[in-house]
Amino acid sequence: MCADTAMQQTPPATAGQADILLEAHDLARYFDVSKPWLNRVIERSERLTLKAVDGVGFSIRRGETLSLVGESGCGKSTVARLVVGLYGLTRGRLVFDGEDISDLASRTGRQTASVRKRFQMIFQDPYASLNPLWRVGTIIGEPLRFFRPEMSAADRHRRVGELLEQVGMSAPDANRYPHEFSGGQRQRISIARALANEPEFMICDEPTSALDVSVQAQILNLMRDLQDEYGLTYLFISHDMAVVKHMSDRIAVMYLGRIAEIAPAEQLFANAHHPYSKMLLEAVPSLEGAGKERTTIQGEVPNPVHPPSGCAFHPRCPHANARCKAEVPRLITRSDGSEVACHGVEEGRLP
Amino acid sequence: MSSTPSSVENSGEQNAIAVTGHEPGAAGQEPVLSVRHLRVEFPTRHGTLVALDDVSFDIAPGEVLGVVGESGAGKSMTGNAVIRLLEPPGRIAEGEVHLSGRRIDDLPEERFVPLRGRHIGMIFQDPLTSLNPLFSVGDQLIETIRTHLPMNEREAREEALKLLREVGIPAPENRLDSYPHQFSGGMRQRVVIALALAARPEFIIADEPTTALDVSVQAQILALLKRLCADHGTAVMLVTHDMGVIAETADRVAVMYAGRLIEIGPVDEVVRNPQHPYTKGLMASIPGIEKRLERLYQIEGSMPRLAAIPAGCAFNPRCPHAQERCRVQRPDLMPAEGSLAACWLHDPVDPLPPRRGEAGEEMAHVR
Repeated sequence: MCADTAMQQTPPATAGQADILLEAHDLARYFDVSKPWLNRVIERSERLTLKAVDGVGFSIRRGETLSLVGESGCGKSTVARLVVGLYGLTRGRLVFDGEDISDLASRTGRQTASVRKRFQMIFQDPYASLNPLWRVGTIIGEPLRFFRPEMSAADRHRRVGELLEQVGMSAPDANRYPHEFSGGQRQRISIARALANEPEFMICDEPTSALDVSVQAQILNLMRDLQDEYGLTYLFISHDMAVVKHMSDRIAVMYLGRIAEIAPAEQLFANAHHPYSKMLLEAVPSLEGAGKERTTIQGEVPNPVHPPSGCAFHPRCPHANARCKAEVPRLITRSDGSEVACHGVEEGRLP
Repeated sequence: MSSTPSSVENSGEQNAIAVTGHEPGAAGQEPVLSVRHLRVEFPTRHGTLVALDDVSFDIAPGEVLGVVGESGAGKSMTGNAVIRLLEPPGRIAEGEVHLSGRRIDDLPEERFVPLRGRHIGMIFQDPLTSLNPLFSVGDQLIETIRTHLPMNEREAREEALKLLREVGIPAPENRLDSYPHQFSGGMRQRVVIALALAARPEFIIADEPTTALDVSVQAQILALLKRLCADHGTAVMLVTHDMGVIAETADRVAVMYAGRLIEIGPVDEVVRNPQHPYTKGLMASIPGIEKRLERLYQIEGSMPRLAAIPAGCAFNPRCPHAQERCRVQRPDLMPAEGSLAACWLHDPVDPLPPRRGEAGEEMAHVR
């Protein structure tokens, strides 16, 4: 089982190049959001391009959890979909375990099987991601049917039972339909389906944001247990800073299609550099913060169709100057291991 | 908080009510909203579902009461029952609702309608569905103001401008004639708040007002809501599932479970020193920014369906301390440290001994 070897190779925090499971270089995805041709001609409006993701790069080590965090419209879910090949890349390169998978979205059928079975995605809404007409056993068995056609029906049935038990349900649940389960149980079913082919890499797009807190705790614990057991690597996407902190080894903060800062989780929460990261941390309501006076941050995320010039955060940034308005900052690696895209931090104006 | 806790209840109206029904913090000052033994039922073909069961609380002027719970706990139902927006066949079966000392739950419909907007403001989760997309923001504000207050068109327009300025919309002169879709999510929610405040109601129900918004905007909206209500002396019932929002905004918290009020008290007490086992578990299951645990505490199981609420304490099948009595006899709210909790552990006469060494106990105390 490939997952076993992956677990033994779980790297220390300072692992070298060899342990990198996924590398993303300069990912970009543009969407054409123009009006229809006739409107453009009559109203003389321009073509409009939404740069949902524009130059995002990161790498994920084996056994690690990298989280993408940011407000709505920052492109975090688009990155997840690019990585699994649900969207094609406009620009950039994706390397999975040494193999270039940049063209994954355009590959068809069984050509992709060798790569695709190695990673799986868990979606946000467990009500929409399970086929209501299929029994749970069929849903979980589907990836097995596709990737392992040689497996007998009896073996598959046994495997589905195992998977259900792994996620804290019981084997007879395979005969029931999704509507018979609560949101948390449905998310367990999604996880069981994702685990069916013993993937190494899981992309989790807001897996708990549709769930209540007590159920969220159950699912997050389950995901951590599975990671420990199988040495899974997670790309975890969430807007909830507390959940991200609980789950992550490293965190990438995104803003309007770009990464503002990547840092080890503990460090980001102790000492964020980018003004936007600081703002996000500041804005999170916390239980400990009862009665705390806070400086509320002005403004909202701008429309991504017309992003601000230079650093996209400059209209809301208290430290912005002329350079921030003109020039897009690049991610610069700092001595403490974090990477920050901010002119102020680069110039030493900001701590 | 606008009033001080006191064990001496001096209001005659409150004396008439069973001792267990009300909580410290509301004494001394006439409450704006007073809910007593509220019970909401949904008659169905398969029997009557009890959506709210014996819910009692007060809200003082200028006070924010946070109502928190998981989905299906009955928090929105409580707000809807107060403003009579229950989906049929839901109905108030028992109990009383008093607004500024006047009983409103038995008013005939035609006398109740004028209360909405004028005396009770409402803010809902999704600002796009609470604004009419066909009318400009100004028209909607002016209509609301003129419906409730004796003003002519010009005065109402001035008032609308003042309201928009108050809720922090930049250049309100230019935005008054804009339509809701031309505003961003946060700005729309500001307009909704302006609408809710238009007639200067004494009580506002805010049902998940920031759930659809991003964190940075959420912080702005909560700060705004809190400031305006303090300025106007408006009482607020803030319904949300987000404990963080409650901790930062509310003065007191009411925790609901399976249609029942299980704990109520000052926010610091309930958040830092919860007394009901469910509240303890809930607090311990929330990942925090300031701490990192290897595992989150998890409450096993899930909230019961309305059709299958257990006998006795509704939480007993999931409670680490549950004993025979919990399965038979339903606990009322009882004084527990600084708050009130509906749990036999806090029975003043014969308290149930807690089971030691439960993970929930230990983890809840780490906070």
